Amino acid sequence: MNATPETLAPMAALLELTHRCPLQCPYCSNPVELDRAKDELSTAEWCAVLDQAAALGIVQVHFSGGEPTVRRDLVDLTAHARAVGLYTNLITSGVAIDRARFAALVAAGLDHVQLSFQDVDVETAERIGNHKGAQAKKLAFAVWVREEGLPLTINAVVNRHNVRRVDALIEMAVALGAGRVEIAHVQYYGWALRNIGALMPTLADLEEATRRVEAARERLRGRIVIDYVVPDYYARMPKACMGGWGRRFLNVTPSGHVLPCHAAETIPDMAFESVRDRSLAEIWRSSEAFQRFRGIDWMPELCRSCDQREIDWGGCRCQALALTGSAAETDPACGKSPRHAALRALAEAASAAAAPPFHYRRMGLRSEDDGMKSPALQTS
Amino acid sequence: MTEGGLALESFPRLAPGVRLKFDETRQQWIVLAPERVLVPDETALEVLQRCDGATRLDALIDDLARSYDADRGEITTDVQELLNGLIEKRLLTI
Repeated sequence: MNATPETLAPMAALLELTHRCPLQCPYCSNPVELDRAKDELSTAEWCAVLDQAAALGIVQVHFSGGEPTVRRDLVDLTAHARAVGLYTNLITSGVAIDRARFAALVAAGLDHVQLSFQDVDVETAERIGNHKGAQAKKLAFAVWVREEGLPLTINAVVNRHNVRRVDALIEMAVALGAGRVEIAHVQYYGWALRNIGALMPTLADLEEATRRVEAARERLRGRIVIDYVVPDYYARMPKACMGGWGRRFLNVTPSGHVLPCHAAETIPDMAFESVRDRSLAEIWRSSEAFQRFRGIDWMPELCRSCDQREIDWGGCRCQALALTGSAAETDPACGKSPRHAALRALAEAASAAAAPPFHYRRMGLRSEDDGMKSPALQTS
Repeated sequence: MTEGGLALESFPRLAPGVRLKFDETRQQWIVLAPERVLVPDETALEVLQRCDGATRLDALIDDLARSYDADRGEITTDVQELLNGLIEKRLLTI
C-alpha cells in the first residue's frame, strides 16, 4: 500500500488542550517537560485547528490533556467541532467538572466520553493519582454521563499495583453502564519509563490478567466491549504504533506543536512545527518530523526485509529511542531485535524488585532534578 | 415472528454515540463510533441507512426486497445476521 493522497489523510487527532491536571499519575502520557498555561493556544487558535482538521480529512477529534475540562472554552470548542462535522470524544479524569457544565457539553454536541479510573480500590487509586477524593467524583461523573444518554468508555491503566484486580475493574465498568472498557497496560516512555520499577508487573501477573480479560470477553459478550493493550516488554511483536508514523493520526500539544504521536517530543533531534507558524495540512504533508519515519524507506534492514513491515510499521519510534538511543532502530519489543532479550530482562528485573515510590507527574520537574535516567539496552 | 433472535417487530436504530456520515475526503460512507471508524460495504450501508428508529424491521426488509428484487426469505436471514453482529458491537440498538 503506497501512500496516495487519500490514504495520507489523517483520520483522527488527539488535541491536548492543556497540560494542567488535578491528577499526577506516574504513567502520564504527557511529556516530562510540560507546557505552561500561558503558552496554550487561544480559543480562536483551537477553532482554526478544528477547521483545518476537518478540511484535511480528520473525522474524529479527542479532547485530551492534561485535563481538558479545566479549559474554560471546552463547551465552545466542542460546539465548533460538531459544527464542522467532527466526531467529538472527551478523555477526562472526571474530577474537574460539575453537573451543569457537563450538561452544557452534551448540549454542545459531545458524542462520547472516556473516563479514567486508576483502580477500583479507593486507597490505591487515589495514591496513584495523588488526589484525595478523586474516586467519589469519578463515580458521580460516570452516572451523569449515563443520565445524559452518552456512551461511556472506562479507561483503566494496569500496573503492578492493580494488575490483580482486572476482573473488578471490568465489573465496575459494567456496573457503571459503560459500553466499552479499555484495559491498557502501561506503555513505558516519558513519565512511565522513569517509574518503571514502581509500575512493571511480573510476567506471571500479566499472564493471569490476560487470561482473566479473555474470559471476561466471552462471559460479557454483547454487554460490554473490552479492548486490551499488553505491555510491549512482554510481547513478541511490536505494536503498530499510531497505525504507522504519519499515516492516520496526529497530535496537537497545548502550545500548538503538531506531533506524529503524543510521545514524539522525546526524540531530541526532531523539530516540531506549530499551527502558529504553518497550517495543519502543510505540517502533516511535508514537515520533516512527519516525513522522517513515514512509510518504509527509513527502516533498518531488519525491518525493511521483514514481511510484517506494513503491519507493525516498525513498532514504536519513541520506545526505540528510549531503549537503544536511536529512534531509527528496530523497536526492541520485536522478537527479532537483538535487544529483545535485554528488554525482557529489564522488565523482569523491574518487576522483581520491591516497588520504589512514585515520581509523580508535576510541572517544573526537569529531567535532571531527580537523577533518574532512562535505562539503555545493550545488544545481547 | 422471530428468527435469528431479532424480532421483526423491532425498530433498529444507530446506538447513541454512533453516526453515519459521508466522508468528503475519501468519497465514501463511514460509521463513526467511540474510538473507531468503520467503512460499511454496500449491503451494510443500505441497511444502516434504513435503521432510523422509525422503520420496523419487517418493513425495512420489505423495502430492501423490493429495491433489489430479491428473495424476501434470504434477505430476512442476511439482515438479521448483520444486525445481530452490529448490536453485539454496540453500533446498533433496538
